[in-house]
Amino acid sequence: MNEGTVVAEAMGAKTGSGEPMIRVRGLTKVYHVGDVEVNALRGVDLEVARGEFVAIVGASGSGKSTLFHILGGLTPPTAGTVVIDGKDLGGMSNQQRTNLRKTTVGFVFQKYNLLPTLSAEDNIKIVEYIGGRSTSFTPEFEEVLKLLGILDRMKHKPRALSGGQQQRVAIARGIVNKPAILLADEPTGNLDSQNSAAVLGVIKDLNQRTGQTILMITHDPEAAAYASRTVHIRDGRIV
Amino acid sequence: MLNKLIFANLTHRPVRTLLSVLAIAVEVTMILTLVGVSHGTLDSTKDRAKSVGADIMVRPEGSSVMSSLNSAPMSDKYLGLAMQQPHVVAVTGTVVFATTFPDSITGLDFAAFKNMSGGFRYIKGGDPVNTDDMVVDENYAQQHHLHIGSKIKLLAHMWNISGIAEGGKLARVCVKLKTLQDLQGTPGHLSLIWVKLDDSNLADQVAEQLKGALNDSQIYSINELMDAYSISNVGMLKDFIWVVIAVATIVGFIVVFMAMYTAVLERTREIGIIKAVGGSSGLVLSILLRETLLLAILGTMVGILFTYGTQWLMKHSVPASLVQETVYIWWLYAGGIAIVGAMLGAIVPGMKAVQQDVTEALSYE
Repeated sequence: MNEGTVVAEAMGAKTGSGEPMIRVRGLTKVYHVGDVEVNALRGVDLEVARGEFVAIVGASGSGKSTLFHILGGLTPPTAGTVVIDGKDLGGMSNQQRTNLRKTTVGFVFQKYNLLPTLSAEDNIKIVEYIGGRSTSFTPEFEEVLKLLGILDRMKHKPRALSGGQQQRVAIARGIVNKPAILLADEPTGNLDSQNSAAVLGVIKDLNQRTGQTILMITHDPEAAAYASRTVHIRDGRIV
Repeated sequence: MLNKLIFANLTHRPVRTLLSVLAIAVEVTMILTLVGVSHGTLDSTKDRAKSVGADIMVRPEGSSVMSSLNSAPMSDKYLGLAMQQPHVVAVTGTVVFATTFPDSITGLDFAAFKNMSGGFRYIKGGDPVNTDDMVVDENYAQQHHLHIGSKIKLLAHMWNISGIAEGGKLARVCVKLKTLQDLQGTPGHLSLIWVKLDDSNLADQVAEQLKGALNDSQIYSINELMDAYSISNVGMLKDFIWVVIAVATIVGFIVVFMAMYTAVLERTREIGIIKAVGGSSGLVLSILLRETLLLAILGTMVGILFTYGTQWLMKHSVPASLVQETVYIWWLYAGGIAIVGAMLGAIVPGMKAVQQDVTEALSYE
C-alpha cells in the first residue's frame, strides 16, 4: 500500500462506483435584479466522475460562479436536475442544503474566507465541529496537513499567514470532513504566480493521492491546465 | 469549540465588549443600589425603633406606620393615661420634626428614655445638660463633621453638640423634649408615645386596652410595627423601584441591541462562512445568544462589585442619610433582569444574522 492509498483511505475517498459524483441536466438559474430577469445559467449539462479533477473555465459573467453556488448548495436552482453523490438538490429545503454543505461539499474560496478570530487549527476544527465530528486531528489528517505544508502553522491566526498559506488552510478546512466533492472558486485569484503554482500543485497532488473529487472554477487557462479535464462555460452554457 | 469561537469573538473587539459589560454592570448596579438603600433605610429605622425597648408605640390619629412625622398633636396627658393601664411599667414620649430630607430631630425625656432602654452608649460626651445641647449618633457626626462642642443650626436654632452616641438607637439627632416642644410651639404635646410592659407577650392585649383609653390614636405592638416596616407598605418606593428596574432594563436592552447589531454587520462575511460550511441558522443564533449571555453574566458580576463600591461610598460620604444593605436574593433578580434585557436586545440582530443570504454574505466587503 503506497502513501497515496493510505491518505486516500484516510480521506474516505470513494472509488470504484460507476455513478458520476456530479450529474447536472438542463440546469437553469434566473435572478431577478429589480425588475430585470438575469438568465445566469441556460440549460447546463455536466457530469463529473468520482475522483476526477475538473476545471470550469469561463470569463467574468459567464455563469461559472452561479454554477459553483448551486453545486455547493449555497443557492437553489431555478430548473433542471443536480445530483451530487446520489443526492438530488432539486426541491431541497434550506435545511437540507445546509446538511449537504455539512456532509457532502467542501469549499475553497478565492478570498480564503477563514474566520479571523480563530487560529488556523481552530478554523479547521470548527468545521469538524459543525460536521458533528471529533475535533482532534487524526494522524492521517496530520499527514494531509504535512502534504499541504501547513502543519507547523496551525497555531497562527490568518493575519499571521501568507495568502498561499491561508489558501492551503482553506483547502485543509474544505476536506477535513471528507466531503464527496471539493469545490474551489478561483482558488488562486488572490495569489501571486509563485503561490498560485504552489496551491494548484497541492490541489492536484491532493486529487492524485487521495482520489478527492475536485471541481475548480477559474478564468485562468494556466490554472485550468492543472486539472485532468477542462470544461468551458460561456453565457450560461457549457460550450 | 463553539465556546472558543465565542470567547475569540468577544476578545477580538475588546472595547465594544468592555462597554457592553459596563453598561450591563451599571444597569445591575442601579437596581441593586436602589433595592439596597430601600432595605437599608427601612431596616435601620426598624432597628432604631426596636432598640427603644418598648413593647407598644402610639402614633397620632390618622398617621400610618410608614408616614414621616412632623407634628406633635398628642397631649402629654396620654402618658399618664397609658401608665394607668395594667402591665404598663414605663412610658415615655418623643416629638419628631423633619429638618433637611431625610433627616429629622427628636426631642425626648432623656431620664425616662434611659429608664426604658438603658439610654445611649456614648462614644464622647453625654446627655444634654443645657437647653441647647444636642446628642447625635456617630454616623451623623461623621457626615456633618461634628465634634463635642461643635455648633450646628437646625430648625433655625443654633445647637451645641454635647454627646456623640453609638448609632442604631431611637434617632440620629436628639435634644431635650421641652426645648423642641417650645421651639416648635407645641408645649405639652407629643409625636410618639413609647410604652413598656412587664410582659412583652401581653403587647396585643394591652394595645387593645390603650385603644379605648387614648381615643383614636394609632396603637401598634412592636411586633406589628416590625412587620409593617417593609417596602411593600411604601407604595411610592415600590413604584419607584419598578420604574428604575424598567429604565435599567431598557438601557441594557438598547446597549446590547446596538452592540450585537454592530457585531452582526461587522461579521457579515464570517456569518456567511459559518453558514457556507454547514452551520445552521440555529447555530448562528446560538453563537450570538451565547455571546450575549456571557456579556450579561460578566456585566452582572461587575455590577455586583460596583454595588460594593456604592455601598462604600455611601458609608463614607452620607452614613447618616443613606444606608445600603447587600440584599443577596436581589443578585439573582438583577442578574435575571440583565440577562432577559440583553437577550431581548440580541433577538433582532440575531434574526438579521439568521436571515442573511450566504452568497451575499460571502461577497460582503
